Amino acid sequence: MRGKLGMQIRMLFRRKQATAQLQDELRFHLDKQTQENIAAGMSPIDARNAALRSFGNPGLVREQARATWSWTGVELFLRDLRFGFRALLRSPGFAIVAILVMALGIGANVALFTVVHSVLLKPLPFRDPDQLIAITEAGGDVSPDHPVAAGMFAEWKRQNRSFTDLALVGDAEFNFSAGSHTGEQLAERLHGTNCSWNLFSVLGVQPALGRSFTAEDDQRSAQGTVLLSWGLWMRRFGGDPAIVNQTVHLNTIPYTVIGVMPAWFSYPSASSQLWTPIYHDKPTPLMEKLDDHQYQAVGRLRPAVSEEQGRADLAVIVHRIRSEHLDDPYISLGVNTRPLLEDMVGEIRQPLYVLLAATACVLLIACLNVANLLVARSASRRKELAIRTALGGSRLRLVRERLMESLLLSAAGGVLGLLFAAGALHWLEQSRNEMSRIESIHIDSVVAAFTVSLIAFCALLSGFISTFSSAFRSKDGQSLIALREASRSNSMGHARATLRRVLLALEVGLTVVLLIGAGLLLKSYERLRSADMGCITENVLTMRMMLPRTIGASPAQMVNFYEELLSRVRALPGVKAAGFTDAVPGQGYWEDANFSIVEHPSLQLGKGLFAINRWVDPGYFAAMGIPVLKGRLLDPSRRLERADEAVISSLFAQQYFPGEDPIGQHLRIADGRVLNIVGIVGDVRYSIGEPPKPMQYFSLLAGAKNNGALVIRSTGNVAPLALPVQRILQSLDRDLPVSDILTMDQLLGKSTQGESFNAVVLLVFAALSLILAAVGLFGVLSYIVAQRTSEIGIRIALGAQREQVLRLILFDGLHPAIVGLVLGLAAGAGVTRFIQSMLYGTRPLDPTVFIVVSLTLLLVAAIACLAPAWRASRLDPMQALRSE
Amino acid sequence: MGKPSDLVQGTLDLLILKTISLEPKHGWAIAKRIQQISNEVLQVQQGSLYPALHRLEQQAWITAHWAESETGRQAKFYSLTDTGRAQLEKETANWDRLSQAINLVVSEA
Repeated sequence: MRGKLGMQIRMLFRRKQATAQLQDELRFHLDKQTQENIAAGMSPIDARNAALRSFGNPGLVREQARATWSWTGVELFLRDLRFGFRALLRSPGFAIVAILVMALGIGANVALFTVVHSVLLKPLPFRDPDQLIAITEAGGDVSPDHPVAAGMFAEWKRQNRSFTDLALVGDAEFNFSAGSHTGEQLAERLHGTNCSWNLFSVLGVQPALGRSFTAEDDQRSAQGTVLLSWGLWMRRFGGDPAIVNQTVHLNTIPYTVIGVMPAWFSYPSASSQLWTPIYHDKPTPLMEKLDDHQYQAVGRLRPAVSEEQGRADLAVIVHRIRSEHLDDPYISLGVNTRPLLEDMVGEIRQPLYVLLAATACVLLIACLNVANLLVARSASRRKELAIRTALGGSRLRLVRERLMESLLLSAAGGVLGLLFAAGALHWLEQSRNEMSRIESIHIDSVVAAFTVSLIAFCALLSGFISTFSSAFRSKDGQSLIALREASRSNSMGHARATLRRVLLALEVGLTVVLLIGAGLLLKSYERLRSADMGCITENVLTMRMMLPRTIGASPAQMVNFYEELLSRVRALPGVKAAGFTDAVPGQGYWEDANFSIVEHPSLQLGKGLFAINRWVDPGYFAAMGIPVLKGRLLDPSRRLERADEAVISSLFAQQYFPGEDPIGQHLRIADGRVLNIVGIVGDVRYSIGEPPKPMQYFSLLAGAKNNGALVIRSTGNVAPLALPVQRILQSLDRDLPVSDILTMDQLLGKSTQGESFNAVVLLVFAALSLILAAVGLFGVLSYIVAQRTSEIGIRIALGAQREQVLRLILFDGLHPAIVGLVLGLAAGAGVTRFIQSMLYGTRPLDPTVFIVVSLTLLLVAAIACLAPAWRASRLDPMQALRSE
Repeated sequence: MGKPSDLVQGTLDLLILKTISLEPKHGWAIAKRIQQISNEVLQVQQGSLYPALHRLEQQAWITAHWAESETGRQAKFYSLTDTGRAQLEKETANWDRLSQAINLVVSEA
């Protein structure tokens, strides 16, 4: 083969031969020159020497000729790779530590980046997700953001000009029962969604199996229809496609299964397991109300219409309706809109970004640590490098070798880190299954690209730091010094540890920032968990249930059921008290109710009062240990129409009856009934992170509520009572499922899961960094001590006290730690305000956290420095001096 | 000191191509020939000559074969290829243009 291509192919396969020929060619040249010199009259030896002189460095010429060959780049790369491997294999301990450190840093970053990318950044898996807008109502200062009333939604849908379509969505609980393959009816309580029939067309999603809802399905008079989630279909029906057109029972009413949603579909939340048409499920009068705020709306904007335009359009409609109903103060004043993605992930955005920033710190620390290790290694290889430089090895080659080594470490660390990240993500999916969009978390090509760039970043960062510390420092004149220094260990090496100290100070500084962040979150979590709920939380068991229509839809039947249930539960051995409420403290806002005070002058037009309300049985306050502050509790003998009493909370009394005695006054509630206020009880928190709000308690014995939570308090461990209570329920109704069987502690723990997760993850990161920093301190100080062995030996021989030596070395080691600590405290004070909104009852500059962090760091640093300092102070001077 | 042997890279290529255009030569002979023809003005260093020869060979402008030299030893002889001859013409033309231009500037200015 001729031509350039032929040449290239030849160079690829016949390199060895070409190398030998090059050698011959150059030798021929030398010999020829020698002969000529002899011919000119020189002695053979002089001739040879003259030829060599004029030739220059034969090795260099050979290398330069070789450098012009094709594939030289590849060849050098492979050779550097081989060298790198060999160098690492020679010190497997170093390699393993460095790779593990890198794997930790890269793994944590890849895991967090995957979460951030999948959850926050990836568009929703719906058609044109940018056009999808979540809509809520706004009601002035008292309630700037609240759910949508169905009547208002209907007006929007009718009158707006900005949306191609709007859908209504509401949470729902279902008692689900279905014939499984063995034909038995297994009842369970499921979380689901009521939605208008067009939800799926608004989102642009098709069922994986069967059909979607039609307008005909979404009417009060229609046959019940239901769409199942993929998970429910798999779990209860084994993924059998014959489920379509079968009948299941929701709250004992037959529904036809019309389809199954795709596995990835999880709107409005990951916990939604089935979807039913809202106008079929809800009574028509409720769906026409303008002031009963229960739902959320999602709309698809017309092309080229902005979110602001859409919001303005809806706001005009709200204003018009409000002005038409000036007598109803509970109609909203405006609307809020936000992109659907923002609505779904808005709450977890900040914590995720904070954790991502923390992992970036960990990565930086890992890189600094590996750079530090590489510097230490290069220090021990200084003699070798100096010899190679003296023999004409190009500096670039040395730098490339070093970079190759750190690239190898980073790549191995990256691969290991990817495995580590996959494991962490798997764990996250198991443990945080309530998190929005958790199902969309996957390691994909973007994450792969991110991993590769992380590896490159780490390789370059740690590689350059370590090369700058040695290769570029040994200028031509310095290679001699290096040679001399390597053979005589004087204190020259001491100065060269400066870079490592700077790295260490940075590392310690980053660690301090992480420790402060973790400390603040931990303290905040502690505060949160120790917040006074206003009620007893030990030995209290709660379980939720919904009375199906078989027990009776009539108020009398329901009240009978509650009374029967409570009296049998209270009779169980070990039960101290039991009660029933629609929501226990810490379970959430749940609902509020409008009221007016009969004895007060009527409010001006357009003003109305509302407060959180709870439907409770008379024994509930005793069961939860909520104290009676004034008056008495609800009278258990007043049932059904005669249940005309109310109890109010202390804050309610302060806010609505300032300077008055509320007892004996009356509340008129939404359905027109007038309730007599008989007592004032202590405040409780509806949610653990929120301050208490005014609350009004109505009697469960009115028979208006068909669902809620049973609470049971025992003298000792309450968990074993769950089974006997369930047996009582079964004997009352075989098909009554219960859900959320939790002790109060578990319930509160669950509601603070996000906070505890953030605090624990950050703490783990901070602890890792602390360990890395301590290892770094130990390594540097050990190195310095080794370098100064003879100096210390001389000091001791000349009479220095052991304690003096100990103090000298200890301070030497602590110096970078203290500099880092000061840096870290300053940086920490600067950045903690970014997590202010994540803190509960804790200031971003909390002095205890800062002090504890400083002490911890100093302690750990002192321990890390003690061993080398101790070893230095115990040196035998004779041995130290002889060791040269 | 401006060393006469400090040849611009392109110029060395041109000299090598020209030197072997009549008959194949080995490295030493090429260096010697350039030196003689230029009346000892141009001293080609081995450190430049061999990398240049190998670079030209990689470009497939010259090709090498091993043959017996005048002393009976095997030596590597370089000769021009067809593309090399074309390249020589191109570089010669270039050189002519360039040297005339420089001459003009030097003599006029």
